Amino acid sequence: MAYKIIAEQCTGCGACEFECPSKAIKEKNGVFAINAEKCTECEGSFDTPQCASVCPVDDTCVPV
Amino acid sequence: MQGSVVSLASIKRIAALDRPAPVAAGCPSQAGGVDPRVADHPCYSEEAHHYFARMHVAVAPACNIQCNYCNRKFDCANESRPGVVSEKLSVEQGLAKVMAVAASVPQMSVVGIAGPGDSLAGASAPKTLALFEAVRAQLPDVKLCLSTNGLALAEHVERLKELGIDHITITMNAVDAKVGEKIYPWIFWQGQRLTGRLAAQTLLDRQLLGIEKAVAAGMLVKINSVLIPGVNDHHLPEVHKAVRARGVFLHNIMPLISNPEHGTVFGLSGQRAPTNAELEAVQAACGIDAKLMRHCRQCRADAVGMLGEDRGQEFTNDLVAAKTEVDFEARDLYRQLVAKEREDRKQAAKRAGLGLAQMTHGQKRRVAVCTKGGGRINEHFGHAREFRVYDVDAGGLSFVGVRRADNYCQGGWGEEDHMEAILKALDGCQAVLVSKIGRCPKDELAKAGIEAVDRFALAYIEEGVSGWFADQAQLNKITA
Repeated sequence: MAYKIIAEQCTGCGACEFECPSKAIKEKNGVFAINAEKCTECEGSFDTPQCASVCPVDDTCVPV
Repeated sequence: MQGSVVSLASIKRIAALDRPAPVAAGCPSQAGGVDPRVADHPCYSEEAHHYFARMHVAVAPACNIQCNYCNRKFDCANESRPGVVSEKLSVEQGLAKVMAVAASVPQMSVVGIAGPGDSLAGASAPKTLALFEAVRAQLPDVKLCLSTNGLALAEHVERLKELGIDHITITMNAVDAKVGEKIYPWIFWQGQRLTGRLAAQTLLDRQLLGIEKAVAAGMLVKINSVLIPGVNDHHLPEVHKAVRARGVFLHNIMPLISNPEHGTVFGLSGQRAPTNAELEAVQAACGIDAKLMRHCRQCRADAVGMLGEDRGQEFTNDLVAAKTEVDFEARDLYRQLVAKEREDRKQAAKRAGLGLAQMTHGQKRRVAVCTKGGGRINEHFGHAREFRVYDVDAGGLSFVGVRRADNYCQGGWGEEDHMEAILKALDGCQAVLVSKIGRCPKDELAKAGIEAVDRFALAYIEEGVSGWFADQAQLNKITA
């Protein structure tokens, strides 16, 4: 149960890193990546996965 | 001083020969009735932008709303529009860039943060505030300013005020959610992605609250509105009324940029940009003061330089030293020179006005001017990327606006296409005043009914335009 970021669509804006309650998102070579081990899909913190809600590009933060 | 190209070395040389008397604070020659907080701000004062430059520092990549006219993913160094940058900077890199520009561009009087995302969005706000803090400490003589979509403004007003930010710009395109929902597909608010009318309503409510708080805190608030034909063209007078009622001091209406190659929703859906005439009509319907805000260039979120020029490529991360010493004496000398030059221009404009007032005939004419700053006709036609347009008659000059002829990516465009863009920009003008022009373009302009005039090279704009008008009136008298 985790989300991932489609690297070729990521603009590297960093909005997801800031919103992630699990500190699961880090920058890697100008784009961002989700650590699947830390990702909780925001369960217990928010109704919706925060990375997908704030990402400016559609269908870029998606379930693995 | 001719034009905007002034090096610090040359300032020291000029100043050694002819050092003007220091100008007392609040001297009327400096501001001419403009609020002293923005008297030297090129984006707010049409007059100031002849002398001062701004830089935008792209430390705010994240955004909390989506606008249908924006696509931050696309970047091209030749492209000039908001939301676009070539490189994103950390706070340290941003500060290094600011110091490097301050050291080599004495005109730089304003440091702004305008994106490429939103300066106050969740991930952007800490970086924006940290950069402002650092610049405030290192460069006390520059003004700080901020552009935001307003969603997260209300909760930041107090901190911004503490940091000495006394003017901000909010982009606001509607006050009615029925209009807003056609512009904003979603917003990110309190941990949720909102869509549809609720998104628009939440954004508009937060924008108005932000405006009210900022005005109450004593800040000067400017509103930018993007004119989108068929979406908010008839609605903008209502926006104007709503923001004026809340104490906004300037309202700037800008044309939509919607080229399909930018990949924005509007660009891809075929939503067209407004014509110059449509833009002027909406500005008039709002009763917007022509002099104040018709020189906006809709510049990039990492622009550096005078309005209409962008020297950002000279100050990219790999070209900027980690630490630059700034010569404050030279920056001060530049300000003194500008004070003298502004006074000279004011006197020249006054003389030109008196000359025009004596003329009893001659119908109103529209004239374009090529300038690179300093209020003078000092740009070669072939180098001009934009034109300043004036109406002139016996009542004097009135500034119509800036017409850009480079508002697209130039890669792959031939010379002829460029001339076509220029002719479109000069539509309705009877003459274009330049410092120099080649024979071919001069002939082409003549064919389009536009006289190219180079006999007023280096004169102040007011002198040149009134001089040309007087010559026209004289010709009419002879031929009549």
